[in-house]
Amino acid sequence: MSNDPIHQFQISKLVPIEIGGLDLSFTNSSLFMVGTVAAAAGFLFLTTANRGLVPSRLQSISEMSYEFVASMLRDGAGSQGMRFFPMVFSLFMFVLVANLLGMFPYFFTVTSHLIVTFALAMLVIGTVVVYGFWKHGLHFLHLFVPSGVPGVLMPLVVMIEVISFLSRPISLSVRLFANMLAGHITLKVFAGFVASLGSLGALGIGTAILPLIMTVALTGLEFLVAFLQAYVFAVLTCMYLNDALHPGH
Amino acid sequence: MFVVTPAYAESNPTEGTHSETGAHGGEAAGGVFPPFDSSTFASQLLWLAITFGLFYLLMSKVIVPRIGGILEHRRDRIAQDLDEANRLKEEADNAIAAYEQELADARKKASAIAETAREKAKAAAEAERASTEAELGARMADAEKSIAAIKVKALADVDTIAEDAATDVVKHLLGGAVTKAEVAAAIRAASGK
Repeated sequence: MSNDPIHQFQISKLVPIEIGGLDLSFTNSSLFMVGTVAAAAGFLFLTTANRGLVPSRLQSISEMSYEFVASMLRDGAGSQGMRFFPMVFSLFMFVLVANLLGMFPYFFTVTSHLIVTFALAMLVIGTVVVYGFWKHGLHFLHLFVPSGVPGVLMPLVVMIEVISFLSRPISLSVRLFANMLAGHITLKVFAGFVASLGSLGALGIGTAILPLIMTVALTGLEFLVAFLQAYVFAVLTCMYLNDALHPGH
Repeated sequence: MFVVTPAYAESNPTEGTHSETGAHGGEAAGGVFPPFDSSTFASQLLWLAITFGLFYLLMSKVIVPRIGGILEHRRDRIAQDLDEANRLKEEADNAIAAYEQELADARKKASAIAETAREKAKAAAEAERASTEAELGARMADAEKSIAAIKVKALADVDTIAEDAATDVVKHLLGGAVTKAEVAAAIRAASGK
């Protein structure tokens, strides 16, 4: 493996496919998307296969993740928000498992690519916009017109609201992408220090312990980040869906 | 397909992507930072759509209803068990109340029985005492009667003794004899009889 910390984000074609000039190859990224789906769906499917009244440990993990997302959605978007539960649950599980899979050495992190997180963010915002207009019609635009604002300030406030709305998919996607990218680069850099210091002889091996400790600590932190970012993504999704359900502030 | 992929990846030298052109020329061209390499976007979007779409379908059609069902079933079961427990508790309470009632009845009955027994015993004792008293009274009357008789008899004897004594006194003093009848008459006269 290369010592280049960027190398881990390289996308390589596994099965080249090209249709109409578009490169649609099955890549390592695609492989890990499939792996993420297989792992997440397989785990949820197999652990709940017994439908135990008294859950086994693994079944409680599935139930806990279900109830975790359900309470998140209920708190964020009210009980009406539960119609979006499959979507939020899928997003949360997909991002979480993709992040966690990325923690394996030599594994590709699907969510470390901006286009993937941006697509997921656009899915959320698209749902908000489509559902908002479908459910409330033009009343959905009240989202940008907070009540109780003096008329003079209205254009400014509306502009701010519109900008904040438009920046949502960007912040949502960049947050996840940047966290995963930065975390993996940091890990790789510190791990690289261990290797390069270790090759410097006895003194080097002695000092290599420091970046090694750092790498271990960062690995723990990255597991936290992997969960936290999935959680943040899901919570923000719930908040945005709340706007689609209740556009009036 | 997945079995083949590692072999393919191995045959692809790690740095190969940078130098290769032609068939693989589109990917990671030169020093482009991979996440910003737009040539991979189409493939990533397609496969994300396929995999995430499939995942969403699986979640919404299989997993979510299943886990929701499990949780609901458990909630129902717990509610049902709670109802059952409440019912049993009520039954137990009723049984306790009935038992208390019966106990109170029995206690009342027992005290009633004890009361009658006490009354009966008291009456019997009263009767006994009355009969004993009556007997004692009769005996006392008999005794009084016999005392009176003895007294009468004694008083009669007193007369006789007085007669004898008087006769002897007269005989000593006068030397003459007096008849018993005379003495008796004299005594009767002296005692005012």
